[in-house]
Amino acid sequence: MTLIDLANPTRFLALTARVLPWLAAATVLLLAIGLYQAALAPDDYQQGATVKIMFIHVPNAWLSMFVWGVMSIASLGTLVWRHPLADVAAKAAAPIGAAFTFLALLTGSLWGRPMWGTYWEWDARLTSVLILFLMYLGLMALWRAVDDPSRAARAAAVLTLVGALNLPIIKFSVDWWNTLHQPASVMRMGGSALDKSFLIPLLVMAIAFTLLFVTLHLAAMRNEILRRRVRSLQMMQASRVAFSSEIGPGARGQNASNEVGAA
Amino acid sequence: MTALAALIRRDVRIALRVGGGALIGVLFFLTVVVLMPFAVGPDLALLSRLGPAILWLGALLASLLTLDRLFMADHEDGSLDLITMSRTPLELACAAKALAHWLAAGLPLIVATPVLGLLLNLDMVATGAVALTLLAGTPALTFTGMIGAALAVTLHRGGLLMAVLVLPLSIPVLIFGVAASQAVIVGPMTFGAPFSILCALSLVSLVIGPFAAAASLRHGLD
Amino acid sequence: MSGVDRDKMRLSGRGVACVRGGREVFAGLDFAAVAGEAVAVTGRNGSGKTSLLRLIAGLLVPAGGTIALEGGDDELTLPEQCHYLGHRDALKPALSVAENLSFWADFLGGERFDFAGSLATVGLAHATHLPAGFLSAGQRRRLSLARLLTVRRPIWLLDEPTNALDVTGQDMFGGLMRDHLSRGGLIVAATHAPLGIETRELRIGGVT
Repeated sequence: MTLIDLANPTRFLALTARVLPWLAAATVLLLAIGLYQAALAPDDYQQGATVKIMFIHVPNAWLSMFVWGVMSIASLGTLVWRHPLADVAAKAAAPIGAAFTFLALLTGSLWGRPMWGTYWEWDARLTSVLILFLMYLGLMALWRAVDDPSRAARAAAVLTLVGALNLPIIKFSVDWWNTLHQPASVMRMGGSALDKSFLIPLLVMAIAFTLLFVTLHLAAMRNEILRRRVRSLQMMQASRVAFSSEIGPGARGQNASNEVGAA
Repeated sequence: MTALAALIRRDVRIALRVGGGALIGVLFFLTVVVLMPFAVGPDLALLSRLGPAILWLGALLASLLTLDRLFMADHEDGSLDLITMSRTPLELACAAKALAHWLAAGLPLIVATPVLGLLLNLDMVATGAVALTLLAGTPALTFTGMIGAALAVTLHRGGLLMAVLVLPLSIPVLIFGVAASQAVIVGPMTFGAPFSILCALSLVSLVIGPFAAAASLRHGLD
Repeated sequence: MSGVDRDKMRLSGRGVACVRGGREVFAGLDFAAVAGEAVAVTGRNGSGKTSLLRLIAGLLVPAGGTIALEGGDDELTLPEQCHYLGHRDALKPALSVAENLSFWADFLGGERFDFAGSLATVGLAHATHLPAGFLSAGQRRRLSLARLLTVRRPIWLLDEPTNALDVTGQDMFGGLMRDHLSRGGLIVAATHAPLGIETRELRIGGVT
């Protein structure tokens, strides 16, 4: 199976239809194991049971950046390799990435609540994630603003890549801004000296969440391909001259899939 | 009434569909508010003192920038001609369009306010006060901004020119909106007095806005 | 509008002058049209054909002279009894064909006719639920024509109505105009091409 095989949306749909149930099952299994292990993990001597939010927070934070990486590669696929499924992948990933980023923010602020006494502190890490969240929303707004997906694809690809280049700069600036204002870091999330009893469940959860992303992403890509097919079918229906003879449904489906490929 | 209801329904629908700008306003609001701490520093005490002002400025800019195309889109595709020719008075049609815009672009700002209040370390009461003043004040912003949007059609220029024209008109709303929210947080004034003036400003703009916009559209048609 | 005596309806202009952007487009224009009659306004580019239609529609203010309708509905102004079909289609691409049409039917008010029937007449029955953005230029024009059928108004002001219409579309439109005239309607059309119906020509643009 190569990328060329996947380039055909029809083959992609057939393949993912077979793979998706297994992926979903693996995700559920790993999530169950991870949550069970996380529940068994000991409380932190300082933070108590709240430390367990980490098992959700860290995978989400990891995915918030990972998904942008996936979108950047997909954007290269759109701009450089002109892979027909690249912009479908990029478009489908954006809302999922935004959701993971939102969960990272939410769990981060819940975790911070007992530490800081407020739900929100302009902590360097959380602030960076917040900016990432805004960038995801901006990207989604861009996809929504243009009706024709193939036209939006290029603009979104450029924006995604610029974002990928800018993210380290933003991260650095925010760190600098934050230390300028409050030299002592309030808390360190997921410090390097993690005990093994934390590390293993965390790794399991990280893999489980990554699988969750892959599952959701493939499903969303399928939806997007189908949505574009509906769109091109509608356009064909609109351009059909009134009262003309019906075109066979098979022929129409075939044309539509070609159009998605070209889009 | 069916004519006006149809116009409101159509405009809200377009705003919420693909390509519509309803949610971009909220995103802009969010971004502006998030930018502020980078300018003034992450000091929570300072932020909670500036909070109402930041939220009001964000809402002001967000509602004005989205107003830009209120009449422009209808002008460009010829709908405005038909609206002008219809049996519905142009003033009422303008009011309906502004109301639809407020529903699609103004109301989401108020819904987003509690989340942003959290970021700016505002407590429940303060957030509630800001949301309430925005609820009372944003119609005034929309209905005065509408005059600028109508002028933009007449002058064939939108964007910054409109902002320059309209921003001074919205100063009173800003003053009393922020004053009423501050009254709740720090005092010493009572909430009632500035809030009543804010409501009065909104009511006045509900009357003046449609008439001014309709007059400007009528003279600007060609 | 059953009370209107259409046979006596008469649209007339006397000494109408139009100034746009400081330039006099035409002046001293007299015209008249009675119910059941189609007037084709002709003239070279820039002679003011569109301006004349917009003057009648009340979208421009005449620099001189008067335009009046006799025998129409006394409770309505002249623009309120006109349909104006301009260069632009007044359609929203984000809304479906049905939503576009039913909006104008609701907004323009008055007598409302079966709009599924109107869509079928103009040949868009198959596209009722599709977004108007998917339509071609000719189909958009057809959808605008459906507006004229759904909301009945006695005077049709048409600006290059056959633009973008194919041959069958022009035939269909010719039939619609004949129907409208036979019901006592009145048509003023600015056009370069023949409309395919009996018209009286009003040539404007003696001005240099």
